[in-house]
Amino acid sequence: MNWLLEPSVSTFGPEIDRLYYIILVITGIVFFITQFLLVYFLIKYRKREGRTAAYTHGSTRAEILWTAVPFVVVLMLALISKPVWDEIKDPALFPEDAYEVTVVARQFEWEAQYAGSNGEFDADDSFTVLNRLHVPVNQPVIVHLESADVIHSFFVPRFRLKQDALPGRSIPMWFEVTEPGEYELGCAELCGLGHYRMDGLVIVHTEEEFEAWKAERLAAAGGGVTGTERAQAMTGEESR
Amino acid sequence: MSAHATQEAPNDWDFPAFAGDHEHHEPSFIRKYIFSTDHKMIAKQFLAVSLFFLAAGGTLALMMRWQLAFPGQPMPVVDFLPSTMAPGGIILPEFYNAMVTMHGTFMIFFAIMPLLVGVFGNLLIPLQIGAGDMAFPRLNMWSFWLAVPAGLLMLASFAVEGGAAGAGWTAYAPLSADGEYTGVYLGQQLWLASLFILGFSSIAGAVNYITTVINMRAPGLTWLRLPLTVWALFITAILVLLAIPILAGALIMLLTDQTLGTTFFLPETGGEPLLWQHLFWFFGHPEVYILILPAFGIVSEVLANGARKPIFGYTAMVLAIVAIAFLGWIVWGHHMFMSGMNPVLGTTFMFSTMVIAVPSAIKVFNWLGTLWGGNIHFHVPFLHAAAFVSLFIIGGLSGIFMASTPVDIHIHDTYFIVAHLHYVLFGGSLFAIFAGITYWYPKMFGRMMNSLWNRIHFVGTFIFYNLAFFPMHGLGLEGMMRRLYDPTQYGWLAELQPWNVFITYSVFFLVGFQVIFFVNFILSMWTGREAGPNPWNANSLEWSIPSPPPHGNFQTIPVVYRGAYEYSVPGHERDFLLQNEPPDDAAKRRPEPAQRVDPSGQVKDRGGDQ
Amino acid sequence: MSQTAAVSAARGPVDPTRPEPGLGAYNLKLGMWVFLLSEVMFFTSLIGAYIILRFAHPEHFAAPGEVLNVPLTAANTFVLICSSVTMVKAFAAIARDDQKGLQLWLVATIILGSTFVGVQVYEYIHLFRDGFVPNAAAYTAGGGPLYGSTFYLMTGFHGLHVSIGVGCLIWVLIQAIRGRYSSSHLGGVEVMGLYWHFVDLVWIVLFTIVYLI
Ligand code: HEM
Ligand SMILES: [Cu+2]
Ligand SMILES: [Cu+2]
Repeated sequence: MNWLLEPSVSTFGPEIDRLYYIILVITGIVFFITQFLLVYFLIKYRKREGRTAAYTHGSTRAEILWTAVPFVVVLMLALISKPVWDEIKDPALFPEDAYEVTVVARQFEWEAQYAGSNGEFDADDSFTVLNRLHVPVNQPVIVHLESADVIHSFFVPRFRLKQDALPGRSIPMWFEVTEPGEYELGCAELCGLGHYRMDGLVIVHTEEEFEAWKAERLAAAGGGVTGTERAQAMTGEESR
Repeated sequence: MSAHATQEAPNDWDFPAFAGDHEHHEPSFIRKYIFSTDHKMIAKQFLAVSLFFLAAGGTLALMMRWQLAFPGQPMPVVDFLPSTMAPGGIILPEFYNAMVTMHGTFMIFFAIMPLLVGVFGNLLIPLQIGAGDMAFPRLNMWSFWLAVPAGLLMLASFAVEGGAAGAGWTAYAPLSADGEYTGVYLGQQLWLASLFILGFSSIAGAVNYITTVINMRAPGLTWLRLPLTVWALFITAILVLLAIPILAGALIMLLTDQTLGTTFFLPETGGEPLLWQHLFWFFGHPEVYILILPAFGIVSEVLANGARKPIFGYTAMVLAIVAIAFLGWIVWGHHMFMSGMNPVLGTTFMFSTMVIAVPSAIKVFNWLGTLWGGNIHFHVPFLHAAAFVSLFIIGGLSGIFMASTPVDIHIHDTYFIVAHLHYVLFGGSLFAIFAGITYWYPKMFGRMMNSLWNRIHFVGTFIFYNLAFFPMHGLGLEGMMRRLYDPTQYGWLAELQPWNVFITYSVFFLVGFQVIFFVNFILSMWTGREAGPNPWNANSLEWSIPSPPPHGNFQTIPVVYRGAYEYSVPGHERDFLLQNEPPDDAAKRRPEPAQRVDPSGQVKDRGGDQ
Repeated sequence: MSQTAAVSAARGPVDPTRPEPGLGAYNLKLGMWVFLLSEVMFFTSLIGAYIILRFAHPEHFAAPGEVLNVPLTAANTFVLICSSVTMVKAFAAIARDDQKGLQLWLVATIILGSTFVGVQVYEYIHLFRDGFVPNAAAYTAGGGPLYGSTFYLMTGFHGLHVSIGVGCLIWVLIQAIRGRYSSSHLGGVEVMGLYWHFVDLVWIVLFTIVYLI
């Protein structure tokens, strides 16, 4: 049982972790005070011959105190949470120069759709990759999340990122990774029989690596391979 | 019509039938045990059925835990299950999803809710307000007899083709709206129909409770003298009354999507999957308070009794319950932070959710205040109530993490949520239910439960409960998703497998200890010590009459002089003071009702008006 | 009304022969009010879903009168409103111990209520012929399938409530013929009236938002 989070690798990850630790400390203090008082009272005021319990119906001052203090504390927590939330989820505040891909979730796989060399998603050389999302490091990425059937949820724990994919909607989300590497992606919303094996990888390349990878893919896609064959080729190579 | 009900009432069903009112004749077996209209018998019927579902839900939990700890390995004992569920004891994914769904459904709708509302509502409301029965005894009977077919339908859905519903207890559309996605057609429809029928049962009960509490309180039992159990059950009934119809509407739409080809939640033809979530959680969040408010009431009652002290801050306790009932309607979106709902709405719901933690905090502090300076008797109900406070604190605090939208990004739909909901529902509601059952068992059955075995059950439950559920917080923080058939399929979760094994062993012990409780519960009906009217030296009206109370409950209408928590009143030789003990010559003489009126009594007993 | 004054508002010393004052309504009436609150929430969920879907997908909903027969339904609305009036008359009759009046006005209410349901069925049949159906796949009328889904959901459940109401009215009528009611014993009629007026009120809301807006 570990209260520490595994280090995050996205730009906003540390901000979430900071909020988490603030809440952990505050709730931790409340936890210890209340549990201590409970146990202490149970021992101190256990039944004793000749003892009579205090006859009191309460104290208005105490009520006001323990209404006002928690109120202020939770309000403060909400206030410091708001800017982080807005930064992560408000499309109006998304970074400008982001690399954009589309991810379509379906029972039970993730399909990443990349634009062709002209930047269009339906170009001749646009291509798709199954269960692998290749992105560049240190550059914001906007993922347009869609679903082909039921609700799924795109979850990369190391990015501190989660977003449901809704059928019939394209939901944008963004992240920027600070360390190259391979990070596991899972589906967090029960989506049917294969929910438990809807895993994937987000592969974060250095910029040069990413450009090289993309060039290779564009070339392969543009080389007259049909969509299905292409997908099959990708699956063969890229899937588990 | 007897003399006391002369209020120009246009009908003769208006006021409680007191035992003194009608000649005694023994009802037939069927009228007494099966189609009974006696609220105490109906409470026992609910008790039997919901304990059955508690056991059934627990069994499902065991099987799920086996699969999580030892994925794909055949589970001993269950190899009799058909090959559509667990061929040779190996649990299939479709069966796992059905179990996830049915475990939640059983526990929430068929165990905790009927235990709290059906059992304690029925048992306590008339007894604690000094009424002979509910306002509508026949309707009350129907409330139970609608719950039974609902339960049977739910059980039957395991046996139909495609198996039981597998879309989770929250039944998110479109997964639940089209059998094509799960392979479950009839099972999902039975799930919807069953909950719809159960809704009638709940609403019938709520109408009864609300009417009874408003109209049938004994003379002198003003609102601010009501036991907190009655307050909690009254407010709960209001929540049931207003929330269940919302669910009913949503269930109908999902059912017609499945059967008539409508398109409320199906996006291809214009429907909105998020509409289901909004309707479900608009019902669902009040529902979680339905599952905890009665527990608050029970715990307040038992803690004050154990501590031999008046409840600390009675009025604040009432106001906190009322505040929760109001705020509970404007926080539902906290279940949908990641759903694709407008992020601005997310922020709004974060603020309201943070605020709703405050009344819960007030309650906790007042419970601690109740213990402070007490003379604490550690009887079994008290142990459970004290454990409730401890565990509810944990559940409430974990709620704060999830209320913070950015933190919820990471922990939503993970085992952190599972930990939270089990801390509030098992650590909270179920411990309160144990407190309530052990506390009112003598009133129901006339005998005490065996205290030693109850203590063993308590200790085992407390320890293994925490061992089982506390580590789930950690699993959630590591990113283990909910409702996973086989966590080892994910690389980073495979590393956590030792924790899953540990939790599963804890759950096996936890369930094992519950067997002790069930056996004790049944055997004590015959072997328990005779309880007498007031085994806990408590104050509220039910303790002034025999255990179990006769049909019609009270021989004469009780007159109430004070609140329910007048423990350890200075200058009084006993440390308790029944609500209906006349102020002057406590317990010596019971004058005729007409002479009992003592206008100065209210002034003298100011404490009772707190 | 005498029966609502059942509980005096004055709070003197506790009267040991009477329960604590409640809200001043006898049990059955209070119970019906409480139940109707629950019904309000039920229709809230249906109407709420309609409003949300309509805002999200305005293209699914045709202009008023394009698909639905507004004049016919307006007339039907008038019929239902009349049935509320006759229900009030029935209650007034029994309050004066006028048994014949009670029975007559109950019969009138039943006829009007049944007429409403009958016209609704007639309307459904015609709409079905025009391809205005709840089934999305078979929907061919103006707007889109959501229109059909929500229309039948709301009007269907309202119609069901009217039908149940007519059934209860018939039961009340039988009781009336058996002479079960009198000016001092008219809870059953009054509570029936509450339900009936509620159903009427819901229809006025539905007619407005489904047919007129
Ligand atoms: C201190 C007050 C509480 C707060 C702030 C709180 C907050 C939350 C939040 C934000 C969630 C959604 C988390 C997510 O899905 O990401 C949640 C889930 C849940 N809460 Fe609470 N909660 C509180 C008390 C309670 C109580 C008293 C109960 C029930 C007795 C309860 C039962 C549940 C359940 C059952 C879920 C999970 C529903 C599901 O998705 O299956 N909570 N809570
Ligand atoms: Cu999925
Ligand atoms: Cu909630």
